[in-house]
Amino acid sequence: MKRAAPREGLLEVRDLRTQFRTRAGAARAVDGVGFRVDRGETLGLVGESGCGKTATALSLMALLPGPAGEILPGSSIRFEGEELVGADEARLRRMRGNEVAMIFQEPMTSLNPVCSVGSQVVEALHFHRGLKGREATAAAVELFAEVRLPDPEIRFSEYPHQLSGGMRQRVMIAMALSCEPRLLIADEPTTALDVTTQAQILDLLSDLRRRRGMAVLLISHDLGVVSEFCDRVAVMYAGQIVEEGSAEEVIHQPRHPYTQGLLASLPGRNSRGESLAVIPGVVPSPIRWPHGCRFHERCALVMDRCSRHPPDLRSVAGSDRSTRCWLESPESATAEDTRA
Amino acid sequence: MSSREAEVLLDVVDLSMHFSARDGATGRVRGLVKAVDGISFRLRRGETLGLVGESGCGKSTTARALLRLLEPTGGRVLFDGVDVLSMDARTLRAFRGRAQIVFQDPFGSLNPRLTAGGMLEEVLKVHDLAGDAAGRGRRALELLEMVGLSAEHAGRYPHEFSGGQRQRLGIARALSVEPEFIVLDEAVSALDVSVQAQILNLLSDLKADLGLAYLFIAHDLAVVEHLCDRVAVMYLGKIVEFGPSERLYQTPRHPYTKALLAAVPALARKSEPGNERTMLTGDPPSSMNPPSGCVFHPRCFHAKKDEECFRDMPDLAECGEGCFVACIKEWSRRGGGA
Repeated sequence: MKRAAPREGLLEVRDLRTQFRTRAGAARAVDGVGFRVDRGETLGLVGESGCGKTATALSLMALLPGPAGEILPGSSIRFEGEELVGADEARLRRMRGNEVAMIFQEPMTSLNPVCSVGSQVVEALHFHRGLKGREATAAAVELFAEVRLPDPEIRFSEYPHQLSGGMRQRVMIAMALSCEPRLLIADEPTTALDVTTQAQILDLLSDLRRRRGMAVLLISHDLGVVSEFCDRVAVMYAGQIVEEGSAEEVIHQPRHPYTQGLLASLPGRNSRGESLAVIPGVVPSPIRWPHGCRFHERCALVMDRCSRHPPDLRSVAGSDRSTRCWLESPESATAEDTRA
Repeated sequence: MSSREAEVLLDVVDLSMHFSARDGATGRVRGLVKAVDGISFRLRRGETLGLVGESGCGKSTTARALLRLLEPTGGRVLFDGVDVLSMDARTLRAFRGRAQIVFQDPFGSLNPRLTAGGMLEEVLKVHDLAGDAAGRGRRALELLEMVGLSAEHAGRYPHEFSGGQRQRLGIARALSVEPEFIVLDEAVSALDVSVQAQILNLLSDLKADLGLAYLFIAHDLAVVEHLCDRVAVMYLGKIVEFGPSERLYQTPRHPYTKALLAAVPALARKSEPGNERTMLTGDPPSSMNPPSGCVFHPRCFHAKKDEECFRDMPDLAECGEGCFVACIKEWSRRGGGA
């Protein structure tokens, strides 16, 4: 029902590998990530800290902190069919402003503290849409109204510190919308906010997405947020996607042991007075990912081959989802085992 | 009555913590921030009481005021029948041996230049526990094991630990004085879910083994539901609802509690158009200029708000089954229904 029109690729990421050089060695933060976002679709990227969610987003925006961070050769990021890996700075700047916009967890650090929020949106409008003077001001006030900032004319001349966290995030969203992007990357946009404010911001984003037909890539550690907001979900672990599918299926019938473990460790009504299921151990270091399946050391269902051969992300037969686990393809694994 | 009273470990009566807000440039007092404004509750021995609410509602200030890390501006705090607010330095130290706190960010509260073992030994020395140096060393290892760390961790510095391990260390430090009561101030909020589950299990086990009472402060309602026996909901420096957690989560009474619970993203629910939920608009008002009357009235969606709501802040009143709610409309609805 949500996708009556045929799926139309907007963003297509293939085999993305991003590396950060650190004193301790090269950290392969993103290691072979691939996914696609269709027009008007919302994809959620979930996982715990250090799994590579933000590094993926920064790679898409070509905002990796250089020279330490770099996208490795062989990676592909296609936006509307056009390859962005290796594109020149002018092309990337056009992409960042006009086609893809990004909002971050803490709007305070992305807003200039010594300029009024209105002037910052006006600047974005000038840069991306060539608007000037009264025209730009009117457009900015209109955007403020669209993101439901109370009293948009008054807010226009206020400074970031005068606004609450929720209002600052609305300003960031207004700024992101100023260039009428086709894709909005939202990196933990509600993590720093209280639940009631979070509900307001998510509601606003849903609304804007419907009205503008904008696709959203939502990055979050919160499975609840992703499940409410997204059409599809990709679960990341140790620099890779381990499971992908419709939000409904991934949350309610998780297939990968990591997704299952994450969902089981959520506290709540059903767990009162009982111990929570726990994923033992800690997330491995990106400088030395484990051999074989990266989750095998913490997996409750580990088998012999898991520590030796890394599984691929395979689509599950007869469905629109995929998972990276040997349990899904026992025969092929056996074949490989005998080969090895 | 006396046996029931003996159960009460902590009795907070009308506790207030007001700060004067000063102008940054002139230093003149601009107004009064009523961070905590006349709250009362009781904590029983061995009980876990949850304190929830959004940032700025006064949860952490309450914790600091009742431990006298801040000097409250009003009210009384009785710990095991003794008035905490009138304790002198010596009795206060003895009180700190029975009541401890664990903070959200253990990194900010651990000395970066002390090893895990050294830090625990120092606490033991200050509180004159575990005998001589050798005894303290042994006790430090014992404490590390209690929280799921091992002897090999004793020689490590805080920066060598992961977030979850640091939180274990913070808990070990709190346990070192063998307290009866621990305030957990957003103690699991900074942790990833899988690590959070490990720490929540640890807290439950320690409580069962040592008979601890917790005041568990968190903004994550699911975590509070999991761990707490009773829950107090705070809004703008006041408790607006209080009750057994099962009851409170299933049938919240106060409009704010309802909105708060409705705002939690649920795995089961999909926010389709048409699937409307009660959503609060705007932000909480400033505690420097709280609204007149009921502090929640500007954001309240109660159908029958009337001038009473604008006039008086209702007190907490019992509404059956150990529940208390501060909402005139809820009382009258009960009265009408009965």
